[in-house]
Amino acid sequence: MIGDYDVAIVGGGLLGSAIAWGLGRLGQSVAVLDEGDIAKRASRANFALVWVQSKGLGMPAYTGWTVRASKAWPTLNAELKEQTGLDVALQQNGGFHLTLGEVEYAQRTELVARMHNQVGAADYRMEMLTAAEVKKMLPLIGPEVSGGSFCPFDGHVNSLRTFRAFHTAMKQLGVDYFPEQPVSSIAREGGEFRLATARGEIRAAKVVLAAGNANQTLAPMVGLSAPMGPTRGQIVVTERTMPFLPHPLTTIRQTDEGTVMIGDSKEDELDDRVLNQPINAVMADRALRMFPHLARLNVVRSWSGIRVMPRDGFPVYDQSETHPGAFVACCHSGVTLASNHAFDIAGMIARGALESELVGAFSARRFDGDATPNGSGYY
Amino acid sequence: MFKRADEDARRPVTIHVEGIAVEAREGDSVSAALLASGLDVRRTTAVSGARRLPYCMMGVCFDCLVTIDGVGSRQGCLVPVTEGMQIEIQKGKREIGR
Amino acid sequence: MTAPKRDHYDVVVIGAGPAGLAATATAAGAGLSTLLLDENAGPGGQVWRAIDSTPVTTRALLGADYWSGAETVQAARTSGAEIIHRATVWSLDRNLEIGVSIGGGSAFIGADHVIIATGAQERPFPIPGWTLPGVMTAGAAQTMLKSSGLVPDGRTVIAGQGPLLWLLAAQILRLGGRIDRVLDTTARSNYLAALPHAFAFMTSPYFAKGLALMREVRAKVPVISGVTELAAAGNGKLASVSYVAGGQRETVPADLLLLHQGVVPNVNLAMAAGVDHRWDELQLCWSPVLDADGNTSVAGIAIAGDGAGIGGAQAAVYRGHIAARAATAKLAPTTAVKLEPMAGLRQKLACAERGRAFLDVLFQPAKQFRIPADDTIVCRCEEVTAQEILDSVKIGATGPNQLKAYRRTGMGPCQGRLCGLTVTELMAEARGKTRDEIGYYRLRAPVKPIMLSELASLPQTDAATQAVVRG
Repeated sequence: MIGDYDVAIVGGGLLGSAIAWGLGRLGQSVAVLDEGDIAKRASRANFALVWVQSKGLGMPAYTGWTVRASKAWPTLNAELKEQTGLDVALQQNGGFHLTLGEVEYAQRTELVARMHNQVGAADYRMEMLTAAEVKKMLPLIGPEVSGGSFCPFDGHVNSLRTFRAFHTAMKQLGVDYFPEQPVSSIAREGGEFRLATARGEIRAAKVVLAAGNANQTLAPMVGLSAPMGPTRGQIVVTERTMPFLPHPLTTIRQTDEGTVMIGDSKEDELDDRVLNQPINAVMADRALRMFPHLARLNVVRSWSGIRVMPRDGFPVYDQSETHPGAFVACCHSGVTLASNHAFDIAGMIARGALESELVGAFSARRFDGDATPNGSGYY
Repeated sequence: MFKRADEDARRPVTIHVEGIAVEAREGDSVSAALLASGLDVRRTTAVSGARRLPYCMMGVCFDCLVTIDGVGSRQGCLVPVTEGMQIEIQKGKREIGR
Repeated sequence: MTAPKRDHYDVVVIGAGPAGLAATATAAGAGLSTLLLDENAGPGGQVWRAIDSTPVTTRALLGADYWSGAETVQAARTSGAEIIHRATVWSLDRNLEIGVSIGGGSAFIGADHVIIATGAQERPFPIPGWTLPGVMTAGAAQTMLKSSGLVPDGRTVIAGQGPLLWLLAAQILRLGGRIDRVLDTTARSNYLAALPHAFAFMTSPYFAKGLALMREVRAKVPVISGVTELAAAGNGKLASVSYVAGGQRETVPADLLLLHQGVVPNVNLAMAAGVDHRWDELQLCWSPVLDADGNTSVAGIAIAGDGAGIGGAQAAVYRGHIAARAATAKLAPTTAVKLEPMAGLRQKLACAERGRAFLDVLFQPAKQFRIPADDTIVCRCEEVTAQEILDSVKIGATGPNQLKAYRRTGMGPCQGRLCGLTVTELMAEARGKTRDEIGYYRLRAPVKPIMLSELASLPQTDAATQAVVRG
């Protein structure tokens, strides 16, 4: 348990484990420190979208970063499958954000226009479709659906299986995983990092903070900052049903198992043990208006999760000047960006430097002063 | 598997199981009537297609799921039979709109 | 299938078994507005199931203990309480809002005090082949017998341990049903361990009754004791049961296998409401943390009956009276003083619980019947095996909730009722931790499935709409 590693990663969620696997692939010796069974794990509470549309309004670099991740996902899928035998059910045949009624349709149309008008935006072909056009692709939509935005790059994946695949694969590559060992302090002494946990100390040449919202507390320990603004989201899950939804939506998706996930909400509330029933009612009602045939399908679960959310919605990737070898990485879209984390970020960390061309825009220095960009990576 | 006790004097109720008329008794749950019918009433799971029959008969195991009068995934052990009820054995995942 | 007359009551009781009926009788009798909700078509819970509709009317067949329940049912019915059957409670929170589904529609009811009396369920019995058609619980057979007068008529094996096993066997035989073999899995070492409690047991009502039942059954059916291994086999349905006793393996053909190794509290509603539980090392299950009145860690929520800890029907009745009397003392103190004094109720409860410790020790299921190996299914809903769970422990899953993420255990409609205990114990053994350290699934509403249309018809608020409709 006390050992010297090339890299210690604080946080074993989708982001931390993607980077750990990526580093393991490159032959690095890696330790991952994680919390226990009861934790605010966004990796267990997400909507599993591999999503491109509407990302990056106000920060074109994020649009580019997202498109890059989307294009790299098939490679990630194939490698995880080859290594572990697990098929994470990646589906990238396009996705929708549907609108109910004319007001919502007009609002979405305006958003699409703003994205298209953004200087430096990558062309990811987000476009508005009428109800009739949507119906050709989603035959079971109800009469209140007024249309929606569609992007052919959008998709989804089985995110829980992805989580399992990363942990299975990283173990195979010799990554040491230490659950129930949250890090209480990090010091840099004698050219290495010393991470203090309740069960002893871990030493490593480099440290990566991948602890989600907790990065806000950990980052200052290594001369970095990661301002976060978490929100709570609720989801309703149904029993399995025959396949009916060939494309994921922002608010409804059918998993490869056949269950239907319905979301989502945003509250400034950080208790994930309490359910807000009116929110469930609104989400269920909207889902029914989009797909009336769902009426008699049984809801078997409902849960809420705390989003990992940097203050302006865009990722934070940074490396420390005062503590060389310390990195921070956190983002909202841990599923979409998993490929970039596994391939690009891991590679950069192995080489000792973040590439400014790809991720320079995501430094937390953007929060200094008034340089916060307009808009958000998440609505 | 099961037979009726001689002293059962309850009123007969006719239900239909996959179109076949079955005599049940007033007060039977759907699952009890199915198990007493002598028919093959095994369902198949939505996960692997494995065959199942009711296990607990008290509403906690969910192996008694059955389609009643066109509505799927009803817990048969909690629903009393009614005259003319249409029962269909559930195979795999819930059907669209049923 | 009527909707509740009010949207708020002084007391809402959930579950119309012995505890719930008793609590209802006391609370309503004291003049509190009381609503009793029960999922089944009639009152009685499990032990007094179908008491006002059973076709088995000859008293000696089901026995005096069963028929003694009629009095408590009558007391609840004449108390002035509102009683609604076929009402499924799917949500309860710390604000004492109860989500209930009746006739395919849901509503929220408020209460000043909630008494959860959802009782117990059969302990899972995960042997190889336990998911085969033709394998059922002893409780299932009892339900069929009491509610419908149905008894086994094929090749039938009853396996397991505990007083209910003998009661069921006796009732089946009295009604002319067929039992080919009884396999007793009581661990031999338990007899010695139970000895210190033997006196209390022998001077309790259980002793004579238990002996009489066993004698009744042994006179007609071969009983094999000391069974240490058990498995069901068949292709798509049960064909045979194999077992090991006295070092010998035997296989018998079978159409029906009835399993029973005690009952455990049905914790789902209480846990989802945020009630604290702790592992009970004697009864090997999760028990709510309660004060002497049945109050839980959530203000305004009490638990009575087997859900508070397995104690049997008589104890459940007194716990129900105690919980309701405490609610009355809180809500209508001047009326409470006219009720039977608490001290008297507590004494009666102690008397009813006399002898339980012996049963608890004697009938502690052996480890191999609680913690399966290899390909035996643990999670029936998602069809996850013991080996798959151990594989997840190997990649770092520390408890049931991370396991849920990796393997979907506990994600099915039963919400862990049939796998949760096994998962906790399996992981505890694999990791060398206590059951409390491993913990349990984090449960949330809906604790029983409801239709999407029901959820959609519940009250919405502007704040909720704004939280959802964005972009």
